[in-house]
Amino acid sequence: MQIYLPIAEVSVNAFLLLGLGGIVGVLSGMFGVGGGFLMTPLLFFIGIPPAVAVATEANQIVASSFSGVLAHLKRKTVDLRMGTVLLIGGLVGAALGVVVFNYLRSLGQVDLLVKLCYVIFLGIIGGLMFIESLNAIRKSKKTGGRTQRRKHTWLHNLPFKMKFRVSGLYISVIPPLIVGVLVGILAAIMGVGGGFIMVPAMIYLLGMPTKVVVGTSLFQIIFVTAFTTMLHATTNFTVDIVLAVLLLIGGVIGAQIGTRIGVKIKAEQLRIMLAIMVLAVCFKLGLDLLIMPSELYSLGEGGH
Amino acid sequence: MLLRLLTFILLLAVPAQAEEEIVLGLSQREIDITATFIGSEILVFGAIKRDRPAPEGQLGVIVTVAGPDTPVTVRRKERRLGIWVNVDDVKIAAAPSFYAVASSAELSKVLRASADMVERITIPQVVREVGTNVLDSKSFARALMRIRAGNDQYQRLEGAVSVSRDTLFQTRIQLPANLTEGFYVTRIFLTRDGNIVDEYVTTIPVKKVGLERWLYNLAHENAFWYGLMSLAIAIAAGWGASAAFSLFRR
Repeated sequence: MQIYLPIAEVSVNAFLLLGLGGIVGVLSGMFGVGGGFLMTPLLFFIGIPPAVAVATEANQIVASSFSGVLAHLKRKTVDLRMGTVLLIGGLVGAALGVVVFNYLRSLGQVDLLVKLCYVIFLGIIGGLMFIESLNAIRKSKKTGGRTQRRKHTWLHNLPFKMKFRVSGLYISVIPPLIVGVLVGILAAIMGVGGGFIMVPAMIYLLGMPTKVVVGTSLFQIIFVTAFTTMLHATTNFTVDIVLAVLLLIGGVIGAQIGTRIGVKIKAEQLRIMLAIMVLAVCFKLGLDLLIMPSELYSLGEGGH
Repeated sequence: MLLRLLTFILLLAVPAQAEEEIVLGLSQREIDITATFIGSEILVFGAIKRDRPAPEGQLGVIVTVAGPDTPVTVRRKERRLGIWVNVDDVKIAAAPSFYAVASSAELSKVLRASADMVERITIPQVVREVGTNVLDSKSFARALMRIRAGNDQYQRLEGAVSVSRDTLFQTRIQLPANLTEGFYVTRIFLTRDGNIVDEYVTTIPVKKVGLERWLYNLAHENAFWYGLMSLAIAIAAGWGASAAFSLFRR
């Protein structure tokens, strides 16, 4: 069934969008990523104008994250306190990121920088996570139990300590704030919620337990993407509500299923699956940059 | 505007040519874009009116349909440090978002190059590139035409106009689903031996209607509320799915 999208001004198959929303929703619920880093390139591929795809995707992430967070709240796997601290950093970062983005756009080449950002960050994060979780699985097989790795580092000597009961942490608020800001900047530049950076950062930098990380990441993503949606809607008029509704119907259902799958899977396996997915997207984007494109020319809107 | 003025002057200058005249009909006065719009077809038909016997020379009928003009930036990738990046770009001042040219025979037979230059009928005449410092700016304009032709946005339909008994003509033009709103200028040219003897111009408005219109207006005129509405729908859908699933589990 073809549906004409009023803002994107293209006609697309409604079932295709429902399906895409569903698949990305499952991944979102399982891993606590918004799914933007997968969905946005997919939308480009089916012919949605990039500006509309990025803005509408932000709105869809609000829905799937909210659906996912409710499921996590019931299981008490959301650290609201940590989420709030990360959110404050994230909003500051997003505002900074928009400034950086506009500066890069004035230099031209913003597409390339966004793609390079994707390849570099996805590559590093995916690679590190893959190696780490592989080691963790090997270790747990050998010793038959989970190894406790909580070292006392310089991070624990910083001031403004706060108790994060759900995460079982007593650390300074400075590291989570910095993580929030950095993720916010990257999220604004790359046009995604930033979950795929946030999740590993919370696990490896802050030492949070994997089960809490997913819900907390989703909680923070809701607000950052809601903020982004409003920015796009009021400045660029590029949020397509019809496209968003089609994507989010699939997305919210998928997120519920994904959350239930996620609970049944071991933490190490969950991490290794996310790592493989991140590496796959990284590989695809990297290949696009290296292989000679079949069409060297591309069309853009009006002037710069 | 200038173009039309030019045409007008040209027509005035050669009043003796007006012994044949186009009488036109269109299958649609306007095209409405609804939620289930999947493209449209317009039937252009008409007759050639004469008040004396038909003159000598080969008769030709050319029909063009043009969507609204927009500026376009064409970028070309080159390999730099092993990766493919956009290097050169050329700004095309105005290119129609849609253009179809249908003719009763091969265009080279029914239209002289000089007439094409004046009236801008064929696709290369319609896409005007502007002066740039890029050496081969012609190839950028060609790339634009190639890409748009691949998307059926530019159509060259030679022989698609059928003419019967040198009097009645008709053609069908397929409009794709990804239409831009605006006025679609439809021109019909009557030629004898490649020279234009009559021209008829009309416009077909293409516009969104109903829900599509309402959402589009809301997004542009009440952007803040539109944004909030999008968020509200997202939150409601997220909550709804969560509630439905927890009911389902019990």
